[in-house]
Amino acid sequence: MVIIIDYGLGNLGSIKNMLNKIGVNAEISGDPVVISSATKLILPGVGAFDNGMQNLTDLKLIEVLNKKVLEDKVPVLGICLGMQLMTRGSEEGNLLGLGWVDAVTIKFNSTDSERKFPIPHMGWEYVKAEKESLLLKEMYDKPRFYFVHSYYVKALRGDDVLISTDYNGEFVSGFEKNNILGVQFHPEKSHKFGMKLFKNFIENY
Amino acid sequence: MAITRVIPVLLLKNSGLVKTLKFKDPKYVGDPLNAVKIFNEKEVDELILLDITATTENKKPQLELLKEIAGECFMPLTYGGGIKSSDEIKDILKVGVEKICLNSVAVENADMVKQSVRRYGSSTICVSIDVKKNFFGKQEIHTHSGKTNTKIDPLTFALQMDKLGVGELIINSIDRDGMMQGYDVELMKKITNAVNMPVIACGGAGTVAQMKEVIQQGGASAVAAGSMFVFHGKHRAVLISYPSQEEMESIFE
Repeated sequence: MVIIIDYGLGNLGSIKNMLNKIGVNAEISGDPVVISSATKLILPGVGAFDNGMQNLTDLKLIEVLNKKVLEDKVPVLGICLGMQLMTRGSEEGNLLGLGWVDAVTIKFNSTDSERKFPIPHMGWEYVKAEKESLLLKEMYDKPRFYFVHSYYVKALRGDDVLISTDYNGEFVSGFEKNNILGVQFHPEKSHKFGMKLFKNFIENY
Repeated sequence: MAITRVIPVLLLKNSGLVKTLKFKDPKYVGDPLNAVKIFNEKEVDELILLDITATTENKKPQLELLKEIAGECFMPLTYGGGIKSSDEIKDILKVGVEKICLNSVAVENADMVKQSVRRYGSSTICVSIDVKKNFFGKQEIHTHSGKTNTKIDPLTFALQMDKLGVGELIINSIDRDGMMQGYDVELMKKITNAVNMPVIACGGAGTVAQMKEVIQQGGASAVAAGSMFVFHGKHRAVLISYPSQEEMESIFE
């Protein structure tokens, strides 16, 4: 069963809508028992870093998530804040992240540029694949995805970097470290490109 | 650099879509669900849906309809209309809407804006500012679908919203609404020079060239339009359209 983790943040309905559209019946749940039965996990999220970590803690989800992801090696896809929570921590908050990838989350710098790069970074971007991956298998030409964020993942190990995007400099918009995947953009709001990415995650992992 | 977003704005009046002229004379243009399906097929960048009679008639957001619409919408969806409290936003986000557009309530209740930003994040909260020139040519903010003149200066208000952490502004020109004669580039320039968040230009779009103008000269991060995407020809026959990806790329690059 594909489980979309419900920890009170993020647009879970739209992820489920898109999965329905590609014929995948996913369940939305914040129950550790249900989550422990998952064969695939999606960790969504919109909002503040500390809210996210605090909610995961309050719902007693951290232990079950660590077990599923780190021991059982169940494939997990983090989306937006969900991706950032997988890092060690964020400039946005004080709480520790899940620490599944060796990276931190930092804020875009908007002041040092001649051109204006408004924060939040909001809109569609063409993205660049940095390595071969089943997540991007047979992706449509000129893939573009919808982004909404003010923070991004930095200082990742080079071979974990999957996708990069340029916004006032290049940043990591997707990573893949064994069974742990994260994307900064919102595939659920990115038309056929997002559908393909979800389909690949469901079928190839 | 983000690809410039081109955003259809759909106006909801009860259960149908309408298009206005200078915020008046709503003309029925079709069924919302059907229109959203067509825009989805055309892979539009984003959609803004505004219920233009919810606040003036003191009605709540139509959650059931929003849920149906969001289920057909595989692009970002912004909703505005009839929102009074920060609590209500939770229900709207839950049905699959990404962004919330505040208008009358933002002018009346700065605390509500602040609270909403804190609860749902900057990027979820957008404020739209409806601007109209008075007899002496001074720009003033109007609320309640243009019916109430607050006499507030748009730039002052935009800076206040910036301070409160609002994620995005929509600047809509009442005088240009539905006229298809081009955006208010000067007003856009004034506001985009002063705030750091993305600003969407709205009101007056008739051609892609006018969109280019407000992006390049007005500093707009995104462009929104109504009539241009729902009317066709000089008799304003209803026909949903959207520029192709290639057409937009060739113009905006």
